[in-house]
Parts: sequence; C-alpha cells; structure tokens
Amino acid sequence: MSQYILEMNHITKEFTGVKALDDVNLKVKPGEIMALCGENGAGKSTLMNVLSGTYGFGTYSGDIIYNGETCQFHNLRDSEAKGIVIIHQELALSPYLSIAENVFLGNEQKKMKGVIDWNVTRAKATELLKQVGLAGENVNTPVMQLGTGKQQLVEIAKALGKKCDLLILDEPTASLNDEESMGLLNLMLELKRQGITQIIISHKLNEISYVADAITVIRDGHTIETMHKGEDYSLETPESYKALEDRIIKSMVGRELTNRYPKREGVKIGSSPIFEIKNWNVFHPELAGKKVLNDVNLVVRPGEVVGLAGLMGAGRTELAMSVFGHSYGTDISGQVFIGGKEADTKTVSKAIDSKLAYVSEDRKTYGLVLIDSIEFNSTLAAMKTYFSKNGILNRNEEKVKAEEYRRKLKTKCNNIEQPVGDLSGGNQQKVVLAKWMLTQPDVLIMDEPTRGIDVGAKYEIYEVINELAADGKGIIVISSDMQEIIGTCDRTYVLNEGEICGELSGADITQENIMGCIMAHNNRKGAAS
Amino acid sequence: MNEKKTINIDLKQYSMIIILVVVYLLFAVITKGMNMTPASVNNLVMQNSYVVILAVGMLLCCLTGNVDLSVGSTVAVAGAAAGIAIVDMGMPSPVAMIFGLLVGLGFGLFNGFFIAYVGIPPFITTLATMLMGRGLTYTVLAAQTKGPLPGSYTFLGSGFLPSIKIAGNIDLICCLVAAVVTALLILSELNGITTRKKYNFPAYPVWQLAVKDAVIIVIVWFFMLKLGANRGLPIVLIVMAALVGLYHYITTMTVAGRQVYAMGGNAKAAQLSGIDTKKVFFWVYTNMGVLAGLAGVVLSSRNASATPKAGDAFEMDAIASCYIGGAACAGGIGTIIGAVVGAFIMGTLNIGMTLMGLGTDAQKIVKGAVLLGAVTFDLVSKRKK
Repeated sequence: MSQYILEMNHITKEFTGVKALDDVNLKVKPGEIMALCGENGAGKSTLMNVLSGTYGFGTYSGDIIYNGETCQFHNLRDSEAKGIVIIHQELALSPYLSIAENVFLGNEQKKMKGVIDWNVTRAKATELLKQVGLAGENVNTPVMQLGTGKQQLVEIAKALGKKCDLLILDEPTASLNDEESMGLLNLMLELKRQGITQIIISHKLNEISYVADAITVIRDGHTIETMHKGEDYSLETPESYKALEDRIIKSMVGRELTNRYPKREGVKIGSSPIFEIKNWNVFHPELAGKKVLNDVNLVVRPGEVVGLAGLMGAGRTELAMSVFGHSYGTDISGQVFIGGKEADTKTVSKAIDSKLAYVSEDRKTYGLVLIDSIEFNSTLAAMKTYFSKNGILNRNEEKVKAEEYRRKLKTKCNNIEQPVGDLSGGNQQKVVLAKWMLTQPDVLIMDEPTRGIDVGAKYEIYEVINELAADGKGIIVISSDMQEIIGTCDRTYVLNEGEICGELSGADITQENIMGCIMAHNNRKGAAS
Repeated sequence: MNEKKTINIDLKQYSMIIILVVVYLLFAVITKGMNMTPASVNNLVMQNSYVVILAVGMLLCCLTGNVDLSVGSTVAVAGAAAGIAIVDMGMPSPVAMIFGLLVGLGFGLFNGFFIAYVGIPPFITTLATMLMGRGLTYTVLAAQTKGPLPGSYTFLGSGFLPSIKIAGNIDLICCLVAAVVTALLILSELNGITTRKKYNFPAYPVWQLAVKDAVIIVIVWFFMLKLGANRGLPIVLIVMAALVGLYHYITTMTVAGRQVYAMGGNAKAAQLSGIDTKKVFFWVYTNMGVLAGLAGVVLSSRNASATPKAGDAFEMDAIASCYIGGAACAGGIGTIIGAVVGAFIMGTLNIGMTLMGLGTDAQKIVKGAVLLGAVTFDLVSKRKK
C-alpha cells in the first residue's frame, strides 16, 4: 500500500488540438486537505473532471491510482462508487425540492425497489444537517429559500450522505461572504478530523493557507510545484505567510506580481461632482412595504474611484440596479445627477444615454449573451447610439471597434467572432468591460468586477479602472473583497442594511474601519428599535 | 493587423443548402427527373410560398426561444375575411387583401399584447388564439367554402408575370431576372472584398468565394429557366423573394434584428444593455400576425376560395422549417436563409414523394423523421466541436 490515497500520474487531456492538461501529476495523502491553485483556464477543473469520470476513461492518457488500485472511471457513478465525491462551483441542487430531497437526490433512501422511505430520508437528512452545522433548519424547507452559503452546506451534506472518502470542492467560497466562508472552512477542518480526505480548488490564498496541508499549483496545464506545510512552508510568522503568498502567486502567473493593485499616479480628481445620488429610496419589489434602501446620498468626482463596501445583503447591488434604469425595486424616489445636471435614468436605455454604465455582477447571467460572438457582445449596449444610423447597423465599424477593444484590454481569444461562452472568466469580464466602455460613459458602476477571475486578469482589470479614472470618468466599485476596496479606491462608502453608515478615504480605508462602521450602525439600529 | 490574412469559409454555414441540393438530386434520380420538369419546379415555388412566408416570421419567434402556434388559424381567418369582403360585401380585391392583412395584424397585436405586456407564455397565448381563430373561421364561414374569388384577387397567388418567349422555351423576363441577380451577387461579392481590404479584415480565398457564388448562380439560372419554360415568373415568387430579402436584411443589418438575437440569447443581459425586451416580444408577434395574414391572402388567392380548414397545421410546417434550417429551440440562433432552405427541403420532399406516388400519410412520417434527423445532425455536429 502506498502512502497516497490518490495518485494521478502523467495525466494528459486534449480538446481538439489544445492540450488542457499536459503530464500533470497530483498526489494526495490520506486525511489531508490538498489545495489546487492556478489561474482560470489553468486546468484545475479539467483535472478534477478527469478524476471524477466526467471526462471518462479513454478520453485522457495517464493513470489514476486510488487506494492502491488503478481505476478506470467511465462516468460520475463509477467514481462515486469508490467514494470520490465532487461538489461543483455551480451548485447541483433542485430549487423547489426540500432540503431532505436534495440531500438524497440520486441516492434515495428506499423501502423497496423504487419506493422512497420518507421517514428514513428525513431522519438521516436531519442527522447530516447537524453534521454540517445546519442543525436549526427544517429538512422540509425548499432549498430555494436558503441563502447561497447554506445551500453550499446542503451540498456538503449531500456528499456526506453518500460513501465519501475523498471530497472535492471546486471554488466552494466563490459566492459566499466572509463569515459564511469561514464557517465552511472550519467545517472542512472538522471533516478532516473525521478522516475525510479533501481537495479544494480556490483562488483565495488566505483560505488556502488556512485549511490546506499541501498546495499544488497548476499553470497552463502543467503541474508547477507541490508544497507541504511544515516542510516547504510555514505560517508561523506574518513574513513566512507573505513569502508563501508571493511564492504561490509567482507559480500561478509565472512571473512576480510585486503589487496586486497597480498604482494610480497623476490622476487629478476634479472638484465638482460628476455623479450624485440624492435622497434615494427604494422598496422591495415583492415584499410590500419593505424598504431596501433608505435615504442614500453619495457623490463621485471626475477621476475618482469610489468604493461601495458592505456585507452581503447590504443593498449595494440593489442601489446600483435601482439607479441604472430602475432595474430593481419599486416606488423608487430620489434624484440622480450626472455632470451637474439631473439625469433621467428610469429605463436602461435612458440611463445609457445619460452616460451611465453598469457593469453587472454575475457576467454569465446579466452581462453576456454567451452563445454570441465577442463582436456581438462588445457593441450590444452601444449599437443604438454609436454603431447605427436610422436603425441600420454599421457592421464594419463594429468589427473595427470590437477588435480595437480586444487589443486594448488584451482579451485572449482566437478572433472576435469567437462565442464569449468559450472564453475564460477573466476574458469574459473584459468583454463586458468593452461593452460598457464603448457606450462612452461618464460614470461606471462596476459590481464585483473581478469576482471569480484569476490574479493576472484581476491586475489587468485594475489597470483598466486606472485608465478610466485617468480619463476623468467617475467610477464606483462594488466589492465584497475588502482588500480590493482598499487596493483600488480613493474613497469608500460603507453600506449596511440599505443605509450609508460611513465614509472613509485614503489611509482610513481599512478592514477594521469598514467593519467598525457596520458594527456601529448595527448598534445604533439595535438601540433605536 | 491580424496575424491571419485569410480565413476559410465555414462550410457548416452552408450545410443545409448542400443537403437541399443533395435531396433534390436524390429525388431527381428516384423519380427519373420528374421533379425537374418545369411544372414541378413551378409547383415547388407556388406550393411552398405560404410556408416560406410563415417561416420568415416564425424564425423571429424561434429566435426569442418560442413559437407561434396560432399562424395556421390566422391564415384561415385572414383568408375568410378577404373572401367575405369580396363575395358578401362586394369590396374590390385590393381592399379585400388589405382587409385580410389587417385581420392578421389584429391577431398579431392580440398575441403580442398578452405575451409581452400581460406576461402569458407564448405557447399558451398562441395555443388559445389558435383555438379561437379556428373557431372564428368556422363561425364566420358557417362551415362553408366561400368562393369563387375573382381573377383580380387570385392573380396574387396563381398569376404570372407576362411571358415573352425569345427562343423556344426561353423566357425573356426570367432570363433578365436571373441576369440581374447574377450581376448583383457578383457586385456585392466584389464590394465585400474591397471592404475587407479597406478595414484590413482577414479575407476569404477567392476560389472559395467563386465556388460559392457559382453554385448559387447555377441554382438561380436553373430555377429561372425552368420557370420560363413553364408559364413565366410567378407573382408569388416576387412577393416571397422580397420578403426573404427584407427580413434577411432586418435580421443581419439592423438594430431591431440584433435586439431579437440578444433577447433570445440572454434576456436579462439584453435588458441590462438597454433593450426593451417587452417591446421586442410585442413586435415579433405582431409581425408574425401580419405575415400570417399575408399567407392567408396568398393561400385563398391560390385556391380561389376561402375554406374553414385552410392553413390547417401550417404552424407546424413553419416551425419545422426553422428548426431544420438550424434555429435553436432555446432561442438566439437561426437565420432567415436557413429557415427558407428548411422550407424548401420540406417542399422538395413533398413534391418528390408525391411524384413517387406516396400518400400524405407516408409523407408525414418522412417529414417527421427528417425534422428529427436534421436537429439530431445539428446537435451532434455541435457537440463534436
């Protein structure tokens, strides 16, 4: 018996001429947590799909040795039979079914052939929920009523309900807030104590260093290095932590990124505001009488990058969407000023005409038409104003501009006719940016502009933000990543429960101060009620 | 500017045209050339005209990810309206035709309103109007056939441009049309090449363009010579060609067309890019109503009468044409040319099998199989990529 529970040796996987994985090796010891890092498109997910049998035996070359035996998984069921369970980034839950039903989806607890034993199902589900820290939840609740964080935990409960010796989590914290992420990571450590081997795919270096016993870095389909805690790195001092972080980043991008946030130099911030929101009030679209935003006022000056910090559910996206074409909420009141003049932003097309742009969060759902080309998407918001005359498109001009922005933003693709669905997350985000830059806005609201994209692409997006600021645009950055707010913004507003609860600028923008504003606001609210 | 100076024509784009040609030639062999006689070619055009007119509008519905089930009934109501206007009310033919179109418009507006502004799913809305339209036709016609309709009305569906024979069976008008089409095609290709050069876009190899255009020109001349040898250029072909040209232009070159594609591909992203998706929905279905009205007028004009059963299951032919022509059920993918080619594939099958002596029952089996086969082929070839 070897010392490894899992060995993947010389894995090579090709997609029509492109080598997604080239001689990749991964070795995992029993009971440890292995972190797999790499930029988007590096091949992490492909490797895990090979392991789980999604890309079946025969479509790749190389060996998978699991528990000492060479395995040939033809599909997901084969690997699950051996106790390998994968939880994908996109959750595989059925929204209208109850927690209990979801936990045993595909693994139904049966009385006899084909008949579900509901008592056993519910009892076991309750047990599993306890195990993942969801003891308070009713197993009959439809999962759509749970937040993303809890849904993630239901996924884990589902995995534990099966025979599970090796658990693979693909970016489990991508859509969780800090608190939920922490809970999940602690659960991982608890599962480790119970002897479950785990592989976590993540971009977030702080999380990796928190849970992992070993780290493997993949770049461009190659294994770059594997580091073991205690042997290759330690986390005892802040310096050693920083050294690890630098080493991982260097391995991931193949070069040293001395600073994760490019400096913005020589940008003059104008004095008169380019963008103002006054007395903004918004009510919930479904829950009658529930106020989502209460008397919000904010100001952005030309050349200034202003953050909107806050926890999940604070109302940041709701603020942006309600301003941008009243795309969220009802009974909206308040005023918007752009360039000193009151602007009508009641519909999206009026907002665009008023020189406002909203780079939405979740590019796949709200930002892009995935089946269409880079060219198509790039000009989508601007076609009415800049690429047509009397409703007739200027196709040549579209091609020229789409190409120009592809170069400007360094979008990696075959050509501008490639469907955006084929691109990696970072490159998709660049197409969304191109779409909004082509509307020639004065003010851009960017909602989670770098969520789920790799370090290198993030850096390039920050550079774009800097260029836009240098052009004298007003920029609002909404981000759940406080480091990002600190790294990119001149000034930030802190939003909590639909109200602006603080404003910080320059060196005062720190994680402690932002949290301090939120705490103080919660206390005030608590005292008032 | 681009690394690659030339790119190859994507053959997949033309796969359905190739299949159409293959199917046509196949039947030519089976029926010993009977489907190539001037009369058969003329039938192919005239019998297919309403399906093509409907497919053009249906493609827009398919692009939004939906279908319109009510077009067959709208065809019947519009035809009945025009028939009643002439026979019972004594209106002149042009007024009756416009009346038929207006009835179609009415149905379109009705569908569009409920779909876009009330938010009823298109499938349900048009299923309802399908039932209502059919019932209405039977009611207003009292389940009787209305006719006969005068020559000034039937001219549209069964008339021809005057034929001037220059030598034997060769018709001057048809030759002129073919020549003009050839010239326009070559001009637009040359124009395309210069534009690509001017903007420094990668160019297509000249021989590939030449082959493509040669094939199209051969098809055009074949059709025109055959039609000339029959009774000349059918009026309905002119209507059809104008519609296909117009809608091809709208879908590829206008903001409105682009909006339909964007909405079908991702409605939320389209909304946040400033597209009023309700408006798009409304006009797509309104437009479908007008075209169904036109098809109704053309059909009654070809039959010289309005019958309550007219247009039965036409919606299925139109939908099948779109899907055979490469439209995606989920929306956002499909072309006008594809839908027209799809309609002609079905028409070729119809005529070929009729000439073989197969009844309509057997034809339906084959048509169903072809629809399934075409979509399977499309799906499998995409999956390989």
